[in-house]
Amino acid sequence: MTAVFARAWDSDLAYSFRRSKTALIASLILVVLFAAAIFAPQLATQNPFDIAQLELWNSELPPFWVEGGSTEYLLGTDTQARDVYSTILYGLRISLIVGFASVALAGVIGISLGLIGGFVGGTVDAAIMRFADVLLSFPAILVALLVNGIARGILPPSQHQDAAIYVLILAIGLTNWVQYARTVRGSTMVERQKEYVQAARINGVSRLGIMISHILPNVLGPVLVIATISLGMAVLTEATLSFLGVGMPATQPSLGTLIRIGNEYLFSGIWWVVIFPSVILVLLVLAVNLLGDWLRDALNPKLR
Amino acid sequence: MLGFLIRRIVQSIFVMLAVALIAFLMFRFMGDPVNSMVPEHASAAERAEVRERLGLDQPLFVQYGRFIARAATGDFGLSWRNARPVSTLLAERFPATAELVLVAAFLSLAVGVPLGIYTALRPHAIGAQSLQLLSLIGISLPTFVTGILLILVFSVWLGWLPSFGRGQVVDIGWWTTGFLTGSGLKALILPSIMLCLFQLTLIMRLVRAEMMEVLRTDYIKFARARGLRDRSIHFRHALKNTLIPVITIFGLQLGGLIAFAIITETVFQWPGMGALFIQAVNFGDVPVMAAYLVLVSFIFVVINTTVDLLYATIDPRLRVDAAPGH
Repeated sequence: MTAVFARAWDSDLAYSFRRSKTALIASLILVVLFAAAIFAPQLATQNPFDIAQLELWNSELPPFWVEGGSTEYLLGTDTQARDVYSTILYGLRISLIVGFASVALAGVIGISLGLIGGFVGGTVDAAIMRFADVLLSFPAILVALLVNGIARGILPPSQHQDAAIYVLILAIGLTNWVQYARTVRGSTMVERQKEYVQAARINGVSRLGIMISHILPNVLGPVLVIATISLGMAVLTEATLSFLGVGMPATQPSLGTLIRIGNEYLFSGIWWVVIFPSVILVLLVLAVNLLGDWLRDALNPKLR
Repeated sequence: MLGFLIRRIVQSIFVMLAVALIAFLMFRFMGDPVNSMVPEHASAAERAEVRERLGLDQPLFVQYGRFIARAATGDFGLSWRNARPVSTLLAERFPATAELVLVAAFLSLAVGVPLGIYTALRPHAIGAQSLQLLSLIGISLPTFVTGILLILVFSVWLGWLPSFGRGQVVDIGWWTTGFLTGSGLKALILPSIMLCLFQLTLIMRLVRAEMMEVLRTDYIKFARARGLRDRSIHFRHALKNTLIPVITIFGLQLGGLIAFAIITETVFQWPGMGALFIQAVNFGDVPVMAAYLVLVSFIFVVINTTVDLLYATIDPRLRVDAAPGH
C-alpha cells in the first residue's frame, strides 16, 4: 500500500500538482466543500426542513457580525427562520449530487457512442456525429431546458417535485455527452489500427469484448479532463435551471433554488439569503474550472 | 462560391427538418389531444370520429408533412395555457428580446474589441493586467449571479436604475420599442450589461490572443521595417486579420445571447420570448415550446449560414472550389 502511495507521489502528475499553487488552492477549496456536503447533517446547526426546529421569531436575522445578528445563526436566517448556513450545506449536497450524477450519465452515453462510432465507422458513425454536430450548435442551456420541459409534459404534475432531481440529471446528462463522444471516437479510431487490437481480433475476441476490455482503458485519459471541466458546467447548468424555477423545488433546494428564493427578498434588504449561496456556488465552479485547466495542461505532453 | 452556398443551404434545411421533427414529436406524444377535446365518457366511435376529423388517423409522415406546411406559415396552433394563438404570443414578445439581444451584442463588440486591442498592445500595463484578471472573474461568474449583483448595487442600494420591466415603450406598427423613451432606455441598461458581460470578456480575450499572434507574424515585421507608423500597422494591417475569427465567434455567440436572454429576462422580468418559454416549460405548454424551438433554431441556422458565407467572402482560403486547378 505504501509502495503504491510512494509511486503515486513520485509520478509526473503529482509533481506538477505539488508545483502548482492554483491546483493546490483549488483542490483545498474543493475538499472543504465536498466534506461540507458529505457531512451536512453533522455540520448543520439545525435541520432546515424540519418545521419543528424553526423558530419564527428568529426569522430575517442578519449574519452574526452585523448588528442584530446572533452567533447561533452564523450567516443569518431567511424569512421562514431557516438558518442560511445550514440550508447552504444541504443545498451544496444536492448541487453536487446532481453534478456528479449528470457527469456520470453524460460520460456513459458519450463514451459508448464514441466507442461505437469510432470502432464501427461507416453510416453508424456518420449518424452519431451529425447528430452531435446539430446538438452542439445549440446552447447547452437551451437543450437542457427543452429536455426538462418535455419530461414535465410527460410526467403528471403530482410527480414533478419528486422526479425533479432525476429529470435534472437526465436533462444535463443528455446535453453534455457530445464532448466525450468526439474525444473517445477520435482516440478509438487511432487505437483500432494498432497491433494489439488486431491480435485480439485474431484470437477471436468479439467486437464488444475488444471495445470494452481492450480499447476503452486506452482512451480514458482525456475523458478525465473533460469530466472535471464538465462537472463545473453541470453544477452551473443545474443552478441556472433551478434559478429559473424549473429545477429543484423549494422543499429540496439546491444552491440555485436558494439563490432564486433569496432573490425574491432582495428588495426587503435581506441580502444575506441570496449572497452566501451565490458565493459558495461561484467558489465551487471556479475551483472546479481551475483544477480542470490545470489537469488539462498537466496531462498535455506538449506543455511539459 | 455557388457550390459552397448551395451545400450550406441544403445542410441548413436538413437541420431545420430535424428540429421540426422534434417539435412535431413533442406535439404527437406529449398528451393525446383527443382526450382533451372529447367529453369524458365519449364512446370509442366518437373518439375515432374526432381523431379522423383532426387527421390523427393518417400515417405519421403525412401528419409531419402537414405540420411543416403549417409551421412554415407561422401557424403553431393555440397555447395550452391561455388559448391564444402561439404566433401572436411570440410576435408580441419578439421585439423585447430582439432589442435586448441587439444592444447586448453591440455593447460586447463596441467595448470588447477596443479592450482586446488595448490589452494586446500594452500587455504589461497595470490597466491591461487588471482587465485580464477581471475577465477571468467575468467568465466564472454565473450570469444570474451577475444580474442579482447588478440589481443589488444599482437598484436596491443606489436606487439609480430600474430592476424590472421595459419601462415606457412606443408602438411602431406591431413592433414595440424602448429606444425612444427615457425610461425605456434606462430599463435597458442593467439587463443588457448582464447579458453582454460574458460575451464581452470572451471577445476581449479572443481579440487579445489573435492580435498578439498577428503582431508576431512576418508581414508585420516587414511593415515595421518599411518604417510605417505604429498606428497604421496596428489598425490597418494587424486589426484586419485579427477580426476574422472574431466574426465567427461573434456569430456563434449571437445564438448564445438569444439562449441566455432566457435567464436575463427571468432576472429582470423582461417581457420577452425567453420569459414566455420558461413559463411554457413550467406548465408543459407544448405549442409554445415547439414554436419557440423552431423559431430560435431558424434564427441560429440563418446566423450560422451567414457567418460561414461571410467568412468565405473575407478569407479566400476557405473557398475550396474557387481554387484554380480544381
